[in-house]
Amino acid sequence: MKARIKFAKWGAMRFIGHLDVMRYFQKALRRADIDVAYSEGFSPHQIMSFAAPLGVGLTSNGEYLDVEIKTHAGAEDMKKRLNETMVEGLEILSVTRLPEGAKNAMASVAAAKYTVRFRKGYEPEFDWKSRFLDFCGSPSIVVTKKTKKSQATLDLKPFIYHLSLSEEEKDGVVHMLVNASSSGNVKPGLVMEAFLKANGAELSPFALEIVREDAYADTGEEGAPHFVPLDAIGMEF
Amino acid sequence: MSKLALRDEILLQVEKPARYIGNEVNAVIKDKSQVDVRVAMCFPDVYEIGMSHLGIQILYDMFNKFDDVWCERVYSPWVDLDKKMREESIPLFALESQEPVKDMDFLAITIQYEMCYTNILQILDLAHIPLRATDRDWSHPIVIGGGPCVYNPEPIAPFFDIFYIGEGETRYRDLLDLYKECRKQEMSREEFLRAAAKVPGMYVPLFYQVEYHEDGTIRSMKPTQEGIPERIVKEVEMDVSHTYYPEKPVVPFIKVTQDRVVLEIQRGCIRGCRFCQAGQIYRPVRERDLDMLKNYALAMLQNTGHEEISLSSLSSSDYSKLPELIDFLIEKCGEKKINISLPSLRIDAFSLDVMSKVQDVKKSSLTFAPEAGSQRLRNVINKGLTEEVILNGAALAFQGGWTRVKLYFMLGLPTETDEDIRGIAELSNKIAAVFYETVPKEKRVNGRVQIVASTSFFIPKPFTPFQWASMCTKEEFLEKAYATRTAIKGQLNQKSIKYNWHEADISVLEGVFARGDRKIADVIERAYEKGCIFDAWSEFFQGELWMDAFDELGIDIDFYTTRKRELEEIFPWDFLDCGVSKEFLKREWKKALEETVSPNCRAKCQGCGANRFGGGVCFYDQPRAEETSRYAAHGSRSE
Repeated sequence: MKARIKFAKWGAMRFIGHLDVMRYFQKALRRADIDVAYSEGFSPHQIMSFAAPLGVGLTSNGEYLDVEIKTHAGAEDMKKRLNETMVEGLEILSVTRLPEGAKNAMASVAAAKYTVRFRKGYEPEFDWKSRFLDFCGSPSIVVTKKTKKSQATLDLKPFIYHLSLSEEEKDGVVHMLVNASSSGNVKPGLVMEAFLKANGAELSPFALEIVREDAYADTGEEGAPHFVPLDAIGMEF
Repeated sequence: MSKLALRDEILLQVEKPARYIGNEVNAVIKDKSQVDVRVAMCFPDVYEIGMSHLGIQILYDMFNKFDDVWCERVYSPWVDLDKKMREESIPLFALESQEPVKDMDFLAITIQYEMCYTNILQILDLAHIPLRATDRDWSHPIVIGGGPCVYNPEPIAPFFDIFYIGEGETRYRDLLDLYKECRKQEMSREEFLRAAAKVPGMYVPLFYQVEYHEDGTIRSMKPTQEGIPERIVKEVEMDVSHTYYPEKPVVPFIKVTQDRVVLEIQRGCIRGCRFCQAGQIYRPVRERDLDMLKNYALAMLQNTGHEEISLSSLSSSDYSKLPELIDFLIEKCGEKKINISLPSLRIDAFSLDVMSKVQDVKKSSLTFAPEAGSQRLRNVINKGLTEEVILNGAALAFQGGWTRVKLYFMLGLPTETDEDIRGIAELSNKIAAVFYETVPKEKRVNGRVQIVASTSFFIPKPFTPFQWASMCTKEEFLEKAYATRTAIKGQLNQKSIKYNWHEADISVLEGVFARGDRKIADVIERAYEKGCIFDAWSEFFQGELWMDAFDELGIDIDFYTTRKRELEEIFPWDFLDCGVSKEFLKREWKKALEETVSPNCRAKCQGCGANRFGGGVCFYDQPRAEETSRYAAHGSRSE
């Protein structure tokens, strides 16, 4: 049976890269005595896959990994046993069971929600909060994407499903829901860089604190997306 | 969780920030207000190397089992962070608390190889601790060194307050109790060190004076005060089955060199190869109980989640319960899909059978360590591995499906001739020939057999029979390497043989440090000031700067390396007692020059002196006649 594990990553753990997170979970599943299925062949490995890699420096409330489980004692038991073996900065939020034939996490990811803040001391010199509202309303957001061989311009707007600014915190928080699929992934930093460039400023390397709030699958139709968080695909067990 | 010592901008700029954040699975966090003594355990190399070291895991576990002690870890910052820390004067911090090492009571540094000496200075410097012990006061931790290099600590003696000679499981409790008592009574740092010098196994350089002859050799080394021991006997943990061992080793986030559970099955080695320091300083051989090992194996795998377990010892084939242990592991690990790694095995029918069960035969390689190319020279070094045994083992291996063989040799061994060097090529060739004879063309999966012959340069080490040997010069080493290469190219099967040789520069320096005296400390400090660091890493080793340091201080390298040693010379390490007598080493040196082999400990005791510790193999029942053959053939290693 395929289980979908949702976890949060914060604090010092933001400095652990994706490959190391994968290796960490391989060991954590063993420590928690979860009955994971292994592949065949001479060097068998656990059958698991992650949704989308999270860059170093970002924190998250919505990371996902799918694992093939042979036997189990229920979702709550699995969550508890895994949480007992976690370190500070990683926490299992939920465990659900995927229906037969469901797409794996990586293939399912269509969009991701981010909140973005400016790090203390790195706020733009101009009054960015009022200008941001204009930016949100602009019909197109063109950026230059450099590839190894050439440069290309790209309009990000169709890939940005939601962009807003809230002032629940004094310094302002940007919310965005953007494409996170393998073909159209938008990095939040790129959106912010476009905003700053449009106002004659540059994005400095450590300026942003980015939190990935959740990842979404698209259960809608062509042209009419319907985003559902990845943990809503599965059922309790 | 502790606040990180390094701010985000730094962590996001350096390579592998995970090296510096701690918070690993099984890392121990204590409340500093609830402990009396804080220890920073240090491996003076980068995190990935340090985290692969078993010794720190054992001592970390031991210290943290003491309620009144909190032990944390610290490793060498990589060159990128090192630069930033100096620019911004960020003090070196321990991983668990993220607090400065300078504020701790002890900085314990494990010294596993000579080429890390400048990194020791890097650690002290970044921690804002004066490099020279005489410049320290109570605002600095006590700097204590341990590990194999303490068997000649003199080149780094001025940088340490104390050296712990021998195995760390035995004496730290006494030392810490003494420390607590001295601090409570508000004794001076020197008074504490004077008391520490009287604790068994402790060497406090401050209280020893060395005097030299005109020719630079040592006239005497004596304590400067009453009550300080003239000779220091090493500490040995005689009960290795009931002592500290980590049930919950710390699990790193990033990939480190030893990313597996390590089970030390025994200490010491019965073989007595004459070039090998470890084989002498870890005597007497002591095996751990089978039940203890089984229990630990399961507990450690459970507590770490590692996918692989490895058996560690100098010569695993000589562990008397090896078949039972391996059967147990194969059964338990097979259930859980855990890999088993078995280095240091002799190549014979038994081990090949075992290895075929745990390894992918097609992808792994088998290792033999003949060390010398001819039987004559193998007898000189007491590695009695015969050509017949090697070729038989190779034949069995090839029949079993192996296609890769690694061969380890040394160049520059005492009495070596051109014929011995050619023997390396000839032996490699014979092994290749065995493959083509044994495996019919249609069964050759990879086509050719792949033999990799590798030579390192022989360095005489303290407390070995070869401590009197002359080391070759750099030019001689390179000539020998070229001769080996030419000989290999001339072999019939040369296309199946690849040859690697080591850097000569680093070997020469290692030779100076291995048998160096206190005068070398100035050179190490000068080289460090010039920017030498991470010398064990070939990409950072700067030979010219080292040569400049030697020149500027007027220290002659050849005095330490190529100079012939007289039998009666006093060595810088003679004031230490490693358990094996100098008389025994002299006997073995003479036997080497006579090309005579000495039997191993189980076959016939050679009277090395280690039996005075009252235990280990010296007192095991002698094996029955039919068992002796198992210990008779001499060792080779496998991956």
